[in-house]
Amino acid sequence: MALDRWIAIIFLLISLVYGYAAFNYPLLPFERNMSFLPNTMPMVLSVLGVIVALVIILSPKAAEDKDGLGEIGLAQIKEFKIAQALGLVGAMVLYALLLRPIGFVSATTLFIVGTSVILGERKFHLLLPIAVVTAGVIWYLVQETLGIFLRPWPAFLS
Amino acid sequence: MFEGLMLGLSTALSVQNIAMVVAGCLIGTFIGMLPGLGPMSIIAIMIPVAISVGDPAAALIMLAGVYYGAIFGGSTSSILINAPGVAGTVATSFDGYPMARKGLAGKALSIAAISSFCGGTIGVILLFGFAPALASVALLFHSAEYFALMVVGLSAIAAFAGTGKVAKALLMTIVGLMMATVGESALFNAPRFTMGIQDLQSGFSFVTLAMAIFALPEALHMVLDPRRSNRGDSTSGEIKNLMITKHEAKKIAPVIGRQSIQGFLIGVMPGAGATIASFLGYAVERNIAKGEEQEEFGKGSIKGLAAPETANNAACTGSFVPLLTLGIPGSGTTAILLGALIALNVAPGPRLMIDRPEIFWAVIVSMYVGNVVLLILNLPLIPYIAKVLAVPRNYLIPFILFFTLMGSYIGQNNATELLILAGLGVCATIIRFADYPLAPLLIGFILGGMLEDNFARAVNITDGVSFMWQRPGTLILLIVGMGLIFLPAWRRRRAFARERAKARQKGVAEGD
Repeated sequence: MALDRWIAIIFLLISLVYGYAAFNYPLLPFERNMSFLPNTMPMVLSVLGVIVALVIILSPKAAEDKDGLGEIGLAQIKEFKIAQALGLVGAMVLYALLLRPIGFVSATTLFIVGTSVILGERKFHLLLPIAVVTAGVIWYLVQETLGIFLRPWPAFLS
Repeated sequence: MFEGLMLGLSTALSVQNIAMVVAGCLIGTFIGMLPGLGPMSIIAIMIPVAISVGDPAAALIMLAGVYYGAIFGGSTSSILINAPGVAGTVATSFDGYPMARKGLAGKALSIAAISSFCGGTIGVILLFGFAPALASVALLFHSAEYFALMVVGLSAIAAFAGTGKVAKALLMTIVGLMMATVGESALFNAPRFTMGIQDLQSGFSFVTLAMAIFALPEALHMVLDPRRSNRGDSTSGEIKNLMITKHEAKKIAPVIGRQSIQGFLIGVMPGAGATIASFLGYAVERNIAKGEEQEEFGKGSIKGLAAPETANNAACTGSFVPLLTLGIPGSGTTAILLGALIALNVAPGPRLMIDRPEIFWAVIVSMYVGNVVLLILNLPLIPYIAKVLAVPRNYLIPFILFFTLMGSYIGQNNATELLILAGLGVCATIIRFADYPLAPLLIGFILGGMLEDNFARAVNITDGVSFMWQRPGTLILLIVGMGLIFLPAWRRRRAFARERAKARQKGVAEGD
């Protein structure tokens, strides 16, 4: 089955779960007398979501849409560098988890170096200085000039 | 009024104040390019700097320069890397980014700069012509009319419902509306649908969603398919394509004219701002365009780029009307400017024009001067800004990823946002491969909150839904909204029927 039918099925499930949460929403005592409840719109949206998802799942297969990404077939997906993309996403998750513990400058430097290496960059003599300078400049801009707090170094250093 | 204008000109054109405008524009442009820092945050950050200047007129002039600079800077990241950092520049990326991918980044940035300038200038002219009259009209708009305006804004999704994609665009809009209900909204006290995660209590952040939906799938697609980042590489065509030709200027002139007025009027209404104005501008222009010009929208049409840019600048100017004439802030940014005014010992209100005319007129003239300065400063910078795209891929992609991470982090100062960003980014990439249009999701998300709040308020006030047909303003706006949604489908059906009739006449068999 085409990918878009699978996605529509997933959205159908999401709408059903959302609808369950909406219909069983615990109302606060004073909200029960209001004309428009906190779960009115969610209920409507969940019903609409189920209907539209069903329309997509049950509609006959339309002609292929040639523009945009619809032209990507299964053969092309095998050529995709999925490992690199997953590596990048993993790097982002790692960055999120390490940002607070090891500080902004170190985390950013590691992130930029790591992602460039995943993409195939090997000129470390160019890469490391650029990463450090970028991290430093952005930190300076954000912390000093704009006043938004970003801890630069790991907690045990400052 | 003429002497007021002279007073304003003499104040605004002094050397110190011109220096203030230039400084403000530069700071605003550069900081506006970073996603996550929109005009609101930048002006809030610059208030202490502005206050230390001392003279209220000079301080306001600098803040106005920062405001316009930030709006232009936001369009830059939207056009170059499909990372709209401010809600008002999302519509710019619909046609701006495809143009950049075709190698016309310089031209796209020029068109953005020129349409912003025209929108802002016409807005300023309308401002000092009609400010007091408009203010009294703006107060007549109630929640019912705002609700109808949001529905009209949602009709902009029709622009993404290409052949066969209507249901998919609708589904994405509904998902966006669902995501807008997560968290605490203004009218409902308990958190909704947060699944116990405390970080979701204020809902999804707009910047996180915009980055995850626009910037991340693009970056990941560039990684997955290395040939993609080589398309649109145009170091040779770059400098030639910067200036817009006379033919193109003639094409976008009526668009600019219409959208300046429409954007300004939308901006005058308190609460509706650059976001709605840009979406509506895009939708209206797309509906007005005929035939193959309409097909161009979404693929790099210059009209599709000029319309939201003009509208959002005009709306930003329009949002000054309630502030200057009534002392009521019309948008988040003007609320912060109101704070700045109070800190500078100026009492905004209906008497501002009479008691402190030099400030009133200086602000208005400085908005015009700011527009001119922005154009003069930015047009020469465009070739260098556009060269960002020529950075080697191994550095560009990490920087784009870092950009998006930082934008989300700065917004909420919360590492959970980054995890949400990564997760939603992966989902958005998969959804894009399945040929679902993602822009309606963001439109639904942005408008969903306001739509629900205003609808709830209107229903609770009138104890029922009858306000939709009893208030003439609401009824008219809703009919316009429905029309904008169904007009393209009806037109397409008519064109299809016409073609079938022609084919039948020529004796060509149907269905081949």
